[in-house]
This record gives sequence, C-alpha cells and structure tokens, in this order.
Amino acid sequence: MRRLIFLLPVAAFVALAVYFFVSLSRDPAVLPSAMINQPAPAFTLAGLGDQPGLARDEFAGQVVLINFFASWCVPCRTEHPLLMNIPRALGVPLYGIDYKDKPEDAARFLGELGNPYGRVGADRDGRVGIDFGVYGVPETYVIDKAGRIRLRHVGPLSPEDLARELAPLVKALQKS
Amino acid sequence: MRAVVIGLLLGLAATTALAVEPSERLADPALEARARALSSELRCLVCQNQSIDDSNAGLAHDLRVLIRERLSAGDSDRQVLDFMVRRYGDFILLKPPVHGDTYVLWFGPFAALALGAIGVALYLRSARRGLSRGPQPLTTEERRRLEKLLAEERDG
Repeated sequence: MRRLIFLLPVAAFVALAVYFFVSLSRDPAVLPSAMINQPAPAFTLAGLGDQPGLARDEFAGQVVLINFFASWCVPCRTEHPLLMNIPRALGVPLYGIDYKDKPEDAARFLGELGNPYGRVGADRDGRVGIDFGVYGVPETYVIDKAGRIRLRHVGPLSPEDLARELAPLVKALQKS
Repeated sequence: MRAVVIGLLLGLAATTALAVEPSERLADPALEARARALSSELRCLVCQNQSIDDSNAGLAHDLRVLIRERLSAGDSDRQVLDFMVRRYGDFILLKPPVHGDTYVLWFGPFAALALGAIGVALYLRSARRGLSRGPQPLTTEERRRLEKLLAEERDG
C-alpha cells in the first residue's frame, strides 16, 4: 500500500503526457470566441456600389447567417460553392460582410462566382469585423431570433461543418 | 563568409525593428507612450506569439489605430483593455489575468513545488526516525529464516 504513493508522480506524468499528446492534434489557429451568446454588435454598412447595404436591426427576430468574406481572400473561394447552396439548404437568409475590401473588387468577385448573399455590407475599414472579434476571413456567424451570436466558424466551411454544426443548430434555433 | 556574417547581423537587427508606422503615431507623446505600452500587452491574433506592437499583420495595424483613437477620445488604459477583451477574449492579453479559469496556470507550479517539498520532508523524517531507533532485534520469523539459511550453509 505504501508503495503506491511512489506511483503517484508516474500517474501524474502519464496524465499530462496523454493531455499534451491529444492537444497536439488541436489547431492552435482556431480560437475560442468571446462573443458566443452575446448580442451581435450593432452596425450599419453601405452596400457595394448602388446595392442596398446591411444593418443589424434589419434582421431582428430572424435566424440568420453572417459570412465575412473578401475578394482578396483565397479560402473564401474554396467555400463559395457551398455558400451558394446555404440559403436553400438551411432555409435561412445568408448575409455577407465584405471585410477590408474595395467595393468594386467585391462586386467583380460576386459577379464572377455568383452572389449567395441576400444583402452585402461593405466593412471597408474592418471596424465591424473587430466588433465581431473577426481575426481572419472567412468567418461565419449564426445569429438567433433574439439577436445573439450562437456560433462562430473560423475558416472556410466544409460540407461536413454544414451538416454537423450549422444545420442542426439552425434547425433548433428556428423552432425556439 | 563575411557576407554571411553581415547578413546574419542584418537579420538580427531586423527583428528589433518595430511595426508601428510613423503615420499611426499620435502627436501627444504622453498618449503615444500609453498606446505603445498597451499595444505591447496585446496579442496579435493572426501571428499569436507577437504583440500587436511588433506585428505587421493588417489586423494588428487596425488595432493599433483603434487603441490610439480610444485613448484620444479619453478612454483609460483599463477601458481600452476591456474593449479588446470583450471582442477577442482573454487570449488577446499576453499576460493572462488571475481568475477562476487560470488558477491552475498561475498557482499550479507552486502547488507542485509544495507537494514535492511535503513528500521530501516526510521521506527525510521517516529515514531519520529509522536511524535514531538504532539496530532492532530480529523477529522470530526472521530468526527462523536465518537459522534455516545457516543450516543449509553448514550442510552444503
């Protein structure tokens, strides 16, 4: 029995080693969001060119998706075909915020690849991005009927992210 | 060889250069000093192990400008840090704050040291007690084993 006490440091070492080993496979670039369950920050943005802009209060009472993108952002091109399907697949509006971009470049980007967004707001100086806690495009947010941020996805969306994360959450939020 | 050494020295010199651009600086030296102090405490979220004072990332530039704007508008240092933490979480602070979630981080090493010290103290005490008792007589069980071994020695 007294011998067991000498095994204690070994057990502590093994526990730490297992924890560190598991942590090796975590992506350090994906940061936790401080904004989860917080009200989405208020914003009013002009549109691209003569298009209508986007303001937070316009979608109060609805479950919506907000996607931060930019024409200069390469991963945004990767997720773009998936975004085209989102409004139909999930049955919720998808709005775009064009992050630190020239409106004419963004208009060309959407003209070339198609425009999945119900509305697009131009965040030219990136301040709305900072209010959301964005640190790199693309980022996608799910906002509930009460206007709170319920999910933040960093990086391009994959079909698995859509099926496993977004779709179940959006369905649950729409029922509530 | 000489070119390599010069190249290395230049490389070292480059790391000490700061990312703060002249156009970002405030005219008021006191405010600028506060802005510099604050931005060296904030993590650049894109490059993660640099402060926004050192980083050339676009977001770091935006945050530096934002800090200066808020200081010029009359915010205290605490208010600026709170503003950042509300948006980006504690991770943006290079020095983690002391609260419930970070007790293990702050006090864990001291707890491990204390446990080790207790362990060593207990071991030393029992070892010293063993010495001070002096030699003990054999138990009957031990005596029987000893006699058996000695008998084997004689017979073998």
